[in-house]
Amino acid sequence: MLAHPDLTTLIFGRLTLESLPLHVPIVLGTFAVVALGGLVLVAVLTYFKLWGYLWREWFTSIDHKRIGIMYMILGFIMLLRGFADAIMMRAQQAISFGDNMGYLPPEHYDQIFTAHGVIMIFFVAMPMVTGLMNFVMPLQIGARDVAFPFLNNFSFWMTVAGALLVMASLFVGEFARTGWLAYPPLSDIASSPDAGVDYYIWALQIAGVGTLLSGINLLVTIIKMRAPGMTMMKMPVFTWTALCTNVLIVAAFPVLTAVLALLALDRYAGTNFFTTELGGNAMMYVNLIWIWGHPEVYILVLPVFGIFSEVTATFSRKPLFGYTSMVYATVVITVLSYLVWLHHFFTMGSGASVNSFFGITTMIISIPTGAKIFNWLFTMYRGRVEFEVPMMWVLAFMVTFVIGGMTGVLLAVPPADFSLHNSLFLIAHFHNVIIGGVVFGLFAGITYWFPKAFGFKLDPFWGKCAFWFWVVGFYFAFMPLYVLGLMGVTRRLSHFTDPALQIWFVLAAFGAFLILLGIASMIIQFVVSFRRREALRDVTGDPWNGRTLEWSTSSPPPKYNFAFTPLVHDHDAWWMMKKHHYQRPLDGFIPIHMPLNTGAGITLAGLSFVFGFAMVWYMWLVAIVSFAAIVVVAIAHTFNYHRDYYLTADEVRRVETSRTELMARHV
Amino acid sequence: MSELSTSYPASGATAPPLAFYETTESHVPNGTLLGFWVYLMSDCLIFACLFATYGVLGREYAGGPSAAEVLELPAVAVNTSLLLLSSITYGFAVLEMQRDRQRSMMIWLAITGLLGAGFITLELREFAHLISIGAGPQRSAFLSSFFTLVGTHGLHVTCGILWLIVLMTQVAKKGLIPANKRRLMCLSMFWHFLDVVWVGVFSFVYLMGVLP
Repeated sequence: MLAHPDLTTLIFGRLTLESLPLHVPIVLGTFAVVALGGLVLVAVLTYFKLWGYLWREWFTSIDHKRIGIMYMILGFIMLLRGFADAIMMRAQQAISFGDNMGYLPPEHYDQIFTAHGVIMIFFVAMPMVTGLMNFVMPLQIGARDVAFPFLNNFSFWMTVAGALLVMASLFVGEFARTGWLAYPPLSDIASSPDAGVDYYIWALQIAGVGTLLSGINLLVTIIKMRAPGMTMMKMPVFTWTALCTNVLIVAAFPVLTAVLALLALDRYAGTNFFTTELGGNAMMYVNLIWIWGHPEVYILVLPVFGIFSEVTATFSRKPLFGYTSMVYATVVITVLSYLVWLHHFFTMGSGASVNSFFGITTMIISIPTGAKIFNWLFTMYRGRVEFEVPMMWVLAFMVTFVIGGMTGVLLAVPPADFSLHNSLFLIAHFHNVIIGGVVFGLFAGITYWFPKAFGFKLDPFWGKCAFWFWVVGFYFAFMPLYVLGLMGVTRRLSHFTDPALQIWFVLAAFGAFLILLGIASMIIQFVVSFRRREALRDVTGDPWNGRTLEWSTSSPPPKYNFAFTPLVHDHDAWWMMKKHHYQRPLDGFIPIHMPLNTGAGITLAGLSFVFGFAMVWYMWLVAIVSFAAIVVVAIAHTFNYHRDYYLTADEVRRVETSRTELMARHV
Repeated sequence: MSELSTSYPASGATAPPLAFYETTESHVPNGTLLGFWVYLMSDCLIFACLFATYGVLGREYAGGPSAAEVLELPAVAVNTSLLLLSSITYGFAVLEMQRDRQRSMMIWLAITGLLGAGFITLELREFAHLISIGAGPQRSAFLSSFFTLVGTHGLHVTCGILWLIVLMTQVAKKGLIPANKRRLMCLSMFWHFLDVVWVGVFSFVYLMGVLP
């Protein structure tokens, strides 16, 4: 590739005008819409002179609450993209029978299912889970911020840079056609010589840096920064699950980094790790990536187990049933999640004893998970259950997740897996647990903590619309796939010959359409809630009569979270404070130590995006320059020793007094 | 609420009322050293993957040279000594740091950096030699995994040297302030960690590699 190193090649690499998809009408149309939307957004921001505000108050902010909210926004935007991919696939499969080849050519269809998986896991579920942990966890433990506020900002922007690379692949070049885990030899340079897999590698590597650092950050925050009195067994359950999730992140993401680096070496440097010749071993890749991949599933689902615990306790007006068993179940799942990876490829042929081991460990995981379900049920038992929207999501989750869990145990039986492997049964199973578990949980969490973040509740009518469309839509979209999977239909097909299958795909497409209405209801819900914000206003800071510390401060919380560091005596700290007729302190305020905003995070992530893009297109000169710039900016940032300031006691008093007045007006 | 009487001791007349907040600035412990240690463990996992890869592919010579044929123990013995010695000299630097003797600490740091640079030089010579005899990373899965494992360690040492230079500059500018001492402790952990990893590489790749 360095045969003729003239200047044009050094700068532009293999990027040419032909790389732009000017001949694909669907992509061109999408590009036009996105570009137009982007222009309108830029114009609006410029017209209202919002750039300075955004830069000062959000982009460079090291406030964990703002970073959490930005993670959620990123996740929601990417959800729209990921869902667009999903509904395109459903539409294609519903019509592509017999002579009708559908509207998507296979090479485009393959990019869509790859992008759908990558986006939904890495850029929807991960940012949303990280965002909620970022926003809620420090408040729950009575901390003023996370352990490393700058790192938090940097992590967020690295995730954005990765997401941008995936989005760029839509309009410049193409995305991988390999499925979301890019197994070699298909992802090797010989089989996939174009830029798609390189986009995949660099997007995940850059976002992975952010995820790993965020994991370390939140882990240290929980260990070091809990309020006095909050021993480990007095932490709220969401904080416990966040702790376990971040342990998993720190212990799993390096494996992903390593295996993608090896794949990159195979593609860029001609090494032979996963090639089919000169001693390479493709199954090494499959093993390594699932050693990351299975813990990843629990990275996503553990925090939402925490959300369900908080929501169930709050809306049942009871302390969580079996707090201790909940904690131990979480820890057991954390450990077991490392002992099951091989169940993703029983068909590798590793022999009966190995397959039995992994089959049994997989089934064992359902025991602590089942214990959790019973804990939630017993929390509701004889509670005064209030069916607010978050609680509705919890109920939908419990029913749906149990079905998904049971099909999971079916798949854990190696002989059954041999016939169900890579079938639509598997697709139905993991969507059943990810949508029924992670997504429903995130929606419960978003509805539950929204008033804490913005100071007003979400409109319940549109919330219920979204709920019913999503839940009914989910069952319509995925139950038919179980049937199809049992009939032997495999995944990732863009065309079918047997007309008897079509009705099931049409049903599934109808389900996807209902989910579309659910997403539309959510967008309407945000707009309506914003317009009705005065009616939905939460002045108390405790709109749901909550139990944990985040409800003890105002909504939205002040920059410093708590004017005085709370002292904790029990795991439902705020509930206990209310029972003891806790009085908010009204004077005696002291100066508060705060971190300073910095633009270093967004700068480094921007340079990383340029570096990743340059590597994808073999623009060696740009890659070298941007990499050098990353090193220089990072080092320059370490020469900045002035990273904090004191918020004066007067300022704290002003903020607290205005809250006192607000509460007095609304009594 | 029945719950109150069962779950919590009521704050009766005898017990003093519970305090629910601290009235003074609470001391938040600094988490940098713990955070850096956790980072090192995650880095350790990257090395674990590379070791595992070498374990699987290390005998896949694909008709090319074997480890016993291309690895030269005497050169690696010198290499290893340099790196182990650099860990000792970094230890001396930390001792001087704790006594606030900036000048002698800087000297020990400089010696550490030079030893590290010597290690890298020898390693690059070895790589150049291997490539020149046609035993480059593309030749076989064994050589791919060898170059990647040893090279990743070398890359870490190079980063360590760069970091060392930056830190020496910062100490020269700002003196031994607490922030700089904390950074020096982080680099110390990093440096010793690389030493431990090298002991693994030396035993697992070089010593076991030359066994028949």
